[in-house]
Amino acid sequence: MFGSTKKLGLSKSRRTGPSELTELQVWITSPDSECDDYPSVTSDESYELSVDLPFAVLKAPKVWGALHGLETFSQLLYEDEYGAKSVNATTISDFPRFAHRGILLDSSRHFLPIKVILANLETMAMNKFNVFHWHIVDDQSFPYLSRTFPQLSQQGAYHPYTHVYTPADVKMVIEFARLRGIRVIPEFDTPGHTQSWGKGQKDLLTPCYSGSKPSGTFGPINPILNTTYDFMNQFFKEISTVFPDAYVHLGGDEVDFTCWRSNPDIQQFMEQHRFQTRLQLLDIVTTTNKGYMIWQEVFDNGVKLKPDTLIHVWKGNQEQYQNEMANVTSSGYQTLLSTPWYLNRISYGQDWHGYYKADPQDFKGTEEQKKLVIGGEACLWGEYVDATNLTPRLWPRASAVAERLWSAKDVTDINDAFNRLSMHRCRMVERGIPAEPLFSSYCPREYKGI
Amino acid sequence: MNIMFAVSSGRYTRANFILPLLIIIQLGLHTVEGVWPLPQAFTSSTERYPLNPQAFYFGYGKQSAAQQGCSVLDTAFKRYFSLIFPDYSSGSTGLETFSQMVYQDDFGSYFVNKTEIEDFPRFQFRGILLDTSRHYLPVQAILKTLDAMAYSKFNVFHWHIVDDPSFPYQSSTFPDLSSKGAFHPMTHIYTQSDVRRVISYARLQGIRVLPEFDSPGHTKSWGKGQSDLLTPCYRGSTPSGTFGPVNPVLPSTYQFMEKLFKEVSSVFPDSYIHLGGDEVNFSCWKSNPDVRAFMQKMGFGADFTKLEAFYIENIVNITSALNKTSIVWQDVFDYHEKIPEDTVLHIWKGLPEVYQTELSRITKAGKRVLLAAPWYINHISYGQDWRNYYTVQPQNFSGTEEQKKLVIGGEVCMWGEYVDATNLNPRLWPRASAAAERLWSDEKQTSSVDSAFPRLQDFRCKLVRRGIQAEPLYVGHCKHEYQGV
Repeated sequence: MFGSTKKLGLSKSRRTGPSELTELQVWITSPDSECDDYPSVTSDESYELSVDLPFAVLKAPKVWGALHGLETFSQLLYEDEYGAKSVNATTISDFPRFAHRGILLDSSRHFLPIKVILANLETMAMNKFNVFHWHIVDDQSFPYLSRTFPQLSQQGAYHPYTHVYTPADVKMVIEFARLRGIRVIPEFDTPGHTQSWGKGQKDLLTPCYSGSKPSGTFGPINPILNTTYDFMNQFFKEISTVFPDAYVHLGGDEVDFTCWRSNPDIQQFMEQHRFQTRLQLLDIVTTTNKGYMIWQEVFDNGVKLKPDTLIHVWKGNQEQYQNEMANVTSSGYQTLLSTPWYLNRISYGQDWHGYYKADPQDFKGTEEQKKLVIGGEACLWGEYVDATNLTPRLWPRASAVAERLWSAKDVTDINDAFNRLSMHRCRMVERGIPAEPLFSSYCPREYKGI
Repeated sequence: MNIMFAVSSGRYTRANFILPLLIIIQLGLHTVEGVWPLPQAFTSSTERYPLNPQAFYFGYGKQSAAQQGCSVLDTAFKRYFSLIFPDYSSGSTGLETFSQMVYQDDFGSYFVNKTEIEDFPRFQFRGILLDTSRHYLPVQAILKTLDAMAYSKFNVFHWHIVDDPSFPYQSSTFPDLSSKGAFHPMTHIYTQSDVRRVISYARLQGIRVLPEFDSPGHTKSWGKGQSDLLTPCYRGSTPSGTFGPVNPVLPSTYQFMEKLFKEVSSVFPDSYIHLGGDEVNFSCWKSNPDVRAFMQKMGFGADFTKLEAFYIENIVNITSALNKTSIVWQDVFDYHEKIPEDTVLHIWKGLPEVYQTELSRITKAGKRVLLAAPWYINHISYGQDWRNYYTVQPQNFSGTEEQKKLVIGGEVCMWGEYVDATNLNPRLWPRASAAAERLWSDEKQTSSVDSAFPRLQDFRCKLVRRGIQAEPLYVGHCKHEYQGV
């Protein structure tokens, strides 16, 4: 990934003296280049690169592979001490091991200005990540400016003008990402994690009760009112037109049942409808024709799911998440792994080692099951993160995840990885990205932005 | 610097306060609560004065001993004008406090409330350590750190300038030290002009620059440009090819050190110098037959701590003769070295029980101490670790009042193994500011972490507004977010 690709070997040298490489020709080899399309989970991202004379050739079935090939080509170049650039004759044949290689950013716990989102999309492309999982709203703030329900951000954002994403902002992110082969999957997490939604949408959240009287606080989305479903239908209708990706993430994590239990209307509803368990209330209704991604709780709680639902594993220690991966795939669902890659959990030292070692297919299961693992995501939750520290916290630690998701399973030599990752990190710094250091060392060009 | 106003001193407790607090908020409680570190004594009011950026100015009082032409204050006036009126940027600690009290309303107008402040620091020595050997830090990054230090009233920049990995200090007496020992001889060095720049920039902000040339350990990079300085390690009876600490048995060592420290003493004007002395690995010395022979000759037997003591004593004599007072890491005291009475010991090891014992021991021997152990903020962890830095009690150890007075201050250390210009600022700020208040303010008035939280959050937003990339404490927002990458 960052230097190691599936090489077929160095090619023959046909020249006698130093000759310049003046051209890299790009050939899109399939009839439909997909140039004007959005990338998807089934996009062909493979490419072949041949650095040779009289010209170098980059062949790819689709533009997505060409993008990756260009990045790889740029990484083959090196400079001598006078600044003259060279490249060695090389042949590369490359494709990703997993189709879904994502980064989660959280713009609710702290507002993230557009600039830092775009800079990180650029860095994702350098690392061959292809999914931006935008955890755009949550309890603390609602920065998404909805055209159907503008009061959601009016009342729910940290500030209705300075801390929102306008439709233009969102379009910019989506197109910026597309041009780099990155899908934008928004997450509108419900029914929990929705405190900020209630500010602009009265009656959306469940009023909690203290005994027989409302306590004044609110809990998850109120699942028994028709108005809730009217709102959700309209809201997700807008979302599915604004965000072109085939998938949307519905969240579904960490729903606290105590507020629901305390509310007499909900208790009564459940008696009337003779629900055996409250879990059936977690029926998420949408009228979109999108595929769904959901956090693992929804599966764990036995909710009825569409067969193409993508289940996002995030909880537990290694043994627990490996069991979860086994369970989810043995039930026939596709799955994504994030548990070992919570990059917001910082610690002293070279923690990238742990990220590099984790493997999403490391669990007891059949080949069929392992095929259902379509990839993983590095998560940078925002409780302690905003634009002041996001980029150094994310990079180069996320690069370790990038290689795990792209390169072959047996690429595991940590010492070799250290050497290549150090160079890759200096390259990001040279390109203006404040990727933090791995250990005592230096880059020929240190970071200039202070 | 006294600013005269009157008000009720506010100490801010939680519950029972909602109604009056709501009223105060409506009136705009922008008082001394927004100031960090907490002044020793203050009274604030809700009486509000507008400030007109076109009309406001800093002036010298007729009775003031300093007048126009005093470089420190002239430049400070300019600096603080821009800080106070950020929309008007063109380009000393009472000024700092005043600047923190100025606020803008939603329309951008500037105000300050009637306030009275009398302030002075609890400890005289309030330092930040930066390590420019594990990673080179561009001069700009150092200057930015000095700005942020001034905002938190830090007053000593402890420059751990060289160490094992690299030697970026370009010495005029021994140019090979950096040309062979720096990461790169042209791009990763501090020229004499760079060093002068740092020192003068610091001076204008009231910050001392304390250089550390750590020896005899932590000196691998020195050996690249100064052959025969380091001890050759032996495997059996032949040299193994590797090198250890500075060689304490050769006279050439001390001749070199004398010349180097003569230069360092004239380049760095502060009257203190840090000599290091930590983490000396004895195995290489033990392996070397010449060193063993020397030990016999000196009657040290097999006790290498005596050899280390011998070395350090010689170095301290050199710097004393140059009229500098030495600061050394605690290891030096632990090895019973004979050091001058006025040497300051720098405590860096251990958990509270351990460093409190060390504080007792060293102050009992009548020596002054600096505390760094609880403030190794390079040790990052998930969550609000600023609270740990805030709740340190530097004088909490068993000892007499006399002993407690020997704690002259403390230092926040940002060792550089995992830190360079890409992540230095968010990692330093605002966590170091928690320690800043502990070193400046009165301990009784700043005993509540919960009270400190909203003030530090507010102060953090101020730092961001001033262009310091200070990271968030917890969820929330600033009116003006950081717009960079």
